[in-house]
Amino acid sequence: MRRTTLLLVTALTLGLATLTSPAQAETPKDTLVMAKAIDDMITADPAEIYEFTGGEVGTNVYDRIMRFEAEDLSKIVGGVVDSDYKLSDDGKTFTFKIRPNQKFHSGNPLTADDVAFSLQRVVKLNKTPAFLITQFGWTPDNVESLVKAIDPETVQMTITEEFAPSLVLNLLTSVVASVVDKKVVMSHDQGGDLGYAWLKMNEAGSGAFSMKSWKPNESVVMEANPDYRLGAPKLKRVVIRHVAEAASQRLLLEKGDVDIARDLTADQVKGLAGNSDIVINTYPSADTYYMALNQKDEHLRNPKVRQALRWLVDYQGMVDTFLKGQYIVHQSFWPSGFFASYDDNPFKLDVAKAKQLLSDAGYPNGFDITLDTSTQVPFTDIAQNIQQTFAQAGINVKIKQQDSGQLFPLYRARQHQMVLIYWSPDYMDPHSNADSFARNPDNSDNPKSKPLAWRNAWEIPDIMAETDAAVKERDTDKRKAMYIDIQKKVQEDGPFIFLFQPTRQTAMRKNVSGWVQGPTFDVVYYRLTAKD
Amino acid sequence: MPDVSVLTSLSAPGVGQSRLAAGLRHATRLIGSLILTFLGLTVITFCLARVLPIDPVLAIVGDRAPMDVYNAMHKKLGLDLPLYQQYWNYLVQLCHGDFGVSNFTNQPVIDDLIHRFPATFELATLAILIGVVFGVPMGVIAAANQGRWSDHVMRVVGLIGYSMPVFWLGFVGLYIFYSKLGWVAGPGRIESYYEDIVEPVTGLMLIDSLIAGEKDIFWNALSHIILPASILGYLSLAYIARMTRSFMLSQLSQEYILTAQVKGLSRTRVIWRHALGNIMVPLITVIALSYGYLLEGAVLTETVFSWTGIGRYLQDSLRHNDMNAVLGTTILIGAMYVTLNLLSDLFYYILDPRSR
Repeated sequence: MRRTTLLLVTALTLGLATLTSPAQAETPKDTLVMAKAIDDMITADPAEIYEFTGGEVGTNVYDRIMRFEAEDLSKIVGGVVDSDYKLSDDGKTFTFKIRPNQKFHSGNPLTADDVAFSLQRVVKLNKTPAFLITQFGWTPDNVESLVKAIDPETVQMTITEEFAPSLVLNLLTSVVASVVDKKVVMSHDQGGDLGYAWLKMNEAGSGAFSMKSWKPNESVVMEANPDYRLGAPKLKRVVIRHVAEAASQRLLLEKGDVDIARDLTADQVKGLAGNSDIVINTYPSADTYYMALNQKDEHLRNPKVRQALRWLVDYQGMVDTFLKGQYIVHQSFWPSGFFASYDDNPFKLDVAKAKQLLSDAGYPNGFDITLDTSTQVPFTDIAQNIQQTFAQAGINVKIKQQDSGQLFPLYRARQHQMVLIYWSPDYMDPHSNADSFARNPDNSDNPKSKPLAWRNAWEIPDIMAETDAAVKERDTDKRKAMYIDIQKKVQEDGPFIFLFQPTRQTAMRKNVSGWVQGPTFDVVYYRLTAKD
Repeated sequence: MPDVSVLTSLSAPGVGQSRLAAGLRHATRLIGSLILTFLGLTVITFCLARVLPIDPVLAIVGDRAPMDVYNAMHKKLGLDLPLYQQYWNYLVQLCHGDFGVSNFTNQPVIDDLIHRFPATFELATLAILIGVVFGVPMGVIAAANQGRWSDHVMRVVGLIGYSMPVFWLGFVGLYIFYSKLGWVAGPGRIESYYEDIVEPVTGLMLIDSLIAGEKDIFWNALSHIILPASILGYLSLAYIARMTRSFMLSQLSQEYILTAQVKGLSRTRVIWRHALGNIMVPLITVIALSYGYLLEGAVLTETVFSWTGIGRYLQDSLRHNDMNAVLGTTILIGAMYVTLNLLSDLFYYILDPRSR
């Protein structure tokens, strides 16, 4: 028996010893390796992309009509077109000149016909993000006459609805304004699908990188386009590895097996503080964390109750503790730091005031209510904190955590009482959020669209009229004042308790430089990134 | 001298024919039960998936889709049809060898499974080998030394494997062996710069890299797989060792053990050749069950180690309520268990003369 034991121990030791491999190789010098959860990416077709990872990949693989460029994210400039454009007197016809000598990854020249085709294709396919440009009044029947190539260098777009020009240009920075290679796409047309089946898994862009491969839930590999109009990217290759667990991302980063970890939580970032090989950079984010109050609920329908609830949240307490470093208090629907943001945060935890308001509303002893939220960090912690402060005024909150796959259908069906969730703008114009928080064109149970005001059954003809007017206002200062007024009204009386605005902390190896990360999911650029 | 009449009767054509008929009846019963099993499996999975509170349409079009986009996709997925018709359409499709297309990978489900199953197979097979190679001797040694320190150590080791959550073991393993000691590679099957270099012949990274003569890639793949395989192997080892110990204790208390020793056989020979030999049938069952469990795809391990196996594929499919992928994976797992059952029966036949 002793011999057997000895044999076993020897085998184990030898086994372990043989596995002591040479020191792990660092990532190649010409390749950026990123750890990120990419299981949200379900398509590579810019007419359909509407998720974070897909949007980010699309930003780098496709060029767009207008852009917030990596060198300066604060202003809109021309992408494939010149920044200067002609606008008709009625403000509805935009004429753009295509920048010369541009080529797609296929080698085909980029012309006005490709630009027109790309927009027409989005409208005709009518996938989720098509609304971004169909709100111009474009339909599958009229888009070919309203969006057309006048000549190989000139594209003209006519909108039928009145919009502020700055809004139109902003919408032309979104993913649906990506320019696709018409020849390549149509060569894969199957039964009139405009290349949809093919482009879901492939690319036909002219961006700084070409997409060499995408293995769903595994990896995305991109290679530099040396002929990109703004110059070749500094790195030859970008590899995004799907790593679902943030803790695993952290270990990979510490060992140098990845250069950037994108999904670290606040705790993990804190844990990296003493590591001299890692740098933590903080970037602004345009997300809005809020609590929704369904107006179908008799308690929440009472304006005094809504007011009381706003005074029962310990905003600063949360930001000073478990949300430290990654969130700021922001109590309106358009994020701070952007055009027309409203930065007044009047609410704080005041239990006495809340109790008085509840008493005036007829609920001196509080009531029971359900709060639905996501299982993701930090929603659970925020929900528990809210549960605790609400209880001080007699409001008993039952928290129901669920996967986003369950939460969104529930919210869309108006089956909630309260929901704790967040919102990301589709583009960097205040109308992006106003359109959802401050518009409800049809409060019936079968509307054409389900903005957030609808999901909470908030009927607001006056505020909606103001939102519709702001969209058309061509004077920038007047437009700004209108959005600030709308935000005030929604803040005071709306079925939303606005809580926080996050910043995004991205951890990277110290030899990485030039990483550009904007406030929304698709303003993340790889082409200036280098490794020393 | 055998009875000639017996010999005559054995060689008579009638006997052979009745054996053939019996064999055909057995095969027919087997095929029939397989069909019923798979039908039952798919019906139950189909119905369960339909009552899941996850909207498969929203999983594709996204939360912000306008109603016309939502309705178009709802119709495209056939969700406007009655439930029985949806199931029937799927069965007809299945009979033509078409498992449908996954809504979140946009690939045929059969392609997804062919791509992902080898990763699970490789991990599970290495894990079960570790579990058997270490677990069986551990169980035997523990039983043979019942009450002594070696028995206690083996039982504590087994208890830890039984009790600790696998994802915790995974993280601790990564922290110690990857991050601190550098003995093994981190999450993933292979380093990103080695991907797509080796031609996928079997889909098993270790074998394909050897076939291609890529030694560096082989060692890199081994370095990636050894930790998750060891953790899963540890869990299997804990169960196998426990069951082996239990079976062995039952054998060692029998009279023939004492008789054999009294007759002069060494204790080692009695334990390892006779007692162990007599527990092989139930032990095969235990090993087959453990292997089947691993082949289902260890979701938590695959998540911690970013292993692209069928465990995570099934989990992602359920989260998206992707019916084609869920059903396809369920059928694959059912087929694996059926295969393991058949192999177990074969082993019983070989190992136990009484079953012949």
